Amino acid sequence: MRNQRKVYAISGGVTKFAKAHPEMDFRLMVKKAFDYAMNDVPNLETKDIESSRISYFSDHFTRQLKAASMVQDFLGLNPKDSRRIEWGGATGGQCIQAAWETIASGRNDVCLAAGFETMSRVETWKGNEFIALASDTNFDYPVGGFYTGYYALMVQRHIYEYIRKARFANVKDEKEAQRLANKEAMRIMALVSVKNHINALHNPYAQYPMKVTVDDVLKSEMIAYPLNRQNICTMSDGAAVMVLASEDVAFKYTDKPILIKGVGCGTDTMRLADRPHGEVPLFEWEKKTDYSGLKYPGVHSFRAGRTAALEAYKHAGIKDPIKELSFIELHDAYASSEIQTYEDLGLCKYGEGYSFVEKGHPFLENIDYGLKLPTKGTIPVNPSGGLIACGHPVGATGIMQGVFAMWQLQGRIKKHFGDGALQIKNAKRGLIHSHAGTGSSVTVSILEAV
Amino acid sequence: MVQKFEKFKDVMGEINKTGVAIYKNPVGTEDLVVLSPYRINYIHSYAQDSKFFMALSEGKLLGSVCKNCKHKYGTPRSHCMECGSETKWFELPLEGKVHSWTTCYFGGEEFLKETPFNLVLVEFPGVDTLFLARLMQAKNEEVYVGMKVKAEFRKEPRYLVSDVYFVPAK
Repeated sequence: MRNQRKVYAISGGVTKFAKAHPEMDFRLMVKKAFDYAMNDVPNLETKDIESSRISYFSDHFTRQLKAASMVQDFLGLNPKDSRRIEWGGATGGQCIQAAWETIASGRNDVCLAAGFETMSRVETWKGNEFIALASDTNFDYPVGGFYTGYYALMVQRHIYEYIRKARFANVKDEKEAQRLANKEAMRIMALVSVKNHINALHNPYAQYPMKVTVDDVLKSEMIAYPLNRQNICTMSDGAAVMVLASEDVAFKYTDKPILIKGVGCGTDTMRLADRPHGEVPLFEWEKKTDYSGLKYPGVHSFRAGRTAALEAYKHAGIKDPIKELSFIELHDAYASSEIQTYEDLGLCKYGEGYSFVEKGHPFLENIDYGLKLPTKGTIPVNPSGGLIACGHPVGATGIMQGVFAMWQLQGRIKKHFGDGALQIKNAKRGLIHSHAGTGSSVTVSILEAV
Repeated sequence: MVQKFEKFKDVMGEINKTGVAIYKNPVGTEDLVVLSPYRINYIHSYAQDSKFFMALSEGKLLGSVCKNCKHKYGTPRSHCMECGSETKWFELPLEGKVHSWTTCYFGGEEFLKETPFNLVLVEFPGVDTLFLARLMQAKNEEVYVGMKVKAEFRKEPRYLVSDVYFVPAK
């Protein structure tokens, strides 16, 4: 990437994510988040915003086409440049990158990234159907039409590759070995759920803060084996906005602009069935022999996530993510995806995701989870509670991650959460990760305190 | 008179009966909520994939193979994702192995009444990509990666991919 201008995040706002907000339509939700962001940078006026990128995932949920234009209208941003961004579950992450491009290219100095989703407008099972329409409607949807089912297929293979083979190699009976591996994986996935729900106890924006135990998670309803209810995010109503600015003007509006240091993006086949069985695209610190005999990505890993991380690390000059990143907000629509994503992002090698959690690396050091964890706080993942505990109003989700990351890097979690427990001390650099459609689309962006 | 309710669940019940209700929102507002139905019949052509769906009604499962690089697709694609060339049809074997699987206890509204059901990604010998299908006649605790399965076809085709499903093979 050449000849880009530096781009900063200067302000943000998030509505509390909730099952439903019948008192606000999508426009008013975005307006509330927008007003919050504007109040945080009093020197910035609406007239200073030169363009907007507005994201929502599904026209089925809104049942209002051109809803992004209606947001533009409601915010009083007409007649300026605007467009809608849609990229499935990664809509929010992509929206931030679209706004980044607008400024990096020199086209604008201030651009608004705004996103929302109103999923409460249909009942849950109809919502599941809408989401499943984001799979191939000739070959995938008619078979089951259920995203949790797709992610269950992926983690089942991940468990087979990495737990069955590594931890139960000596069990002769294949069926028995796989059952034991599944049980082990379910216990480990529950650790992710416990972490994210308990982190969210300190996040007033979260939809489902909860003090839960591994047993509670394991006892929650089975949705698609081996994924239990509490390992899965919910549908939500919500909105989030982030204001981005060029270096020329960013310091005019805030004393603490946050540099967007790197962006990356990756893709893969829409159908799981089509995923290649080839070789792992390696980070500099990995060797080909680390993955001898592994067919990649198959359905067990997200090549789009690895590709996005490779690009973003290169862009940001990151050579050792564990050391150079202070925290990560990643797309844990399922506890399984969080574990798979550790590996895509190179926090550990492929196959080490389960032990990465068991050792405690992604937990916050100062929070009591009621668990024995040997090495807490190596690299906190989803300090906010992630999608599992915050909720997932699709078009807002990636922007919410961006805003929480910005507040972390500004050292202003206490100011915005009213509780400083989740503030990571001396947070220098954070990574946000937005993911869609069984891993068909992923963005990774790296934010840095200046 | 439009009925007012303090619980949103009751609002839902009311709009399903009368089409309208008022929600006494704990935030202090009164929200007018109406039922807004939406039903569409699409005119959907299977276009370049048509032959696959016609073959299902004849008890055949078609994949495709790249004319140029020979990449073999277990779910057909008219053009190769590796090299972009056109593919040609070939008949897949009716037996394969479970590459991965799940049992769904919930689902999208359309399939809710069919739960619980198993989904499997099937691998075929010598074929580079997989095929997604239902696995019938098997309980959750009987399914495993590597299990042999065979294709069966609906007697009355509905011209959907679910005209083919798999069952355990001996």
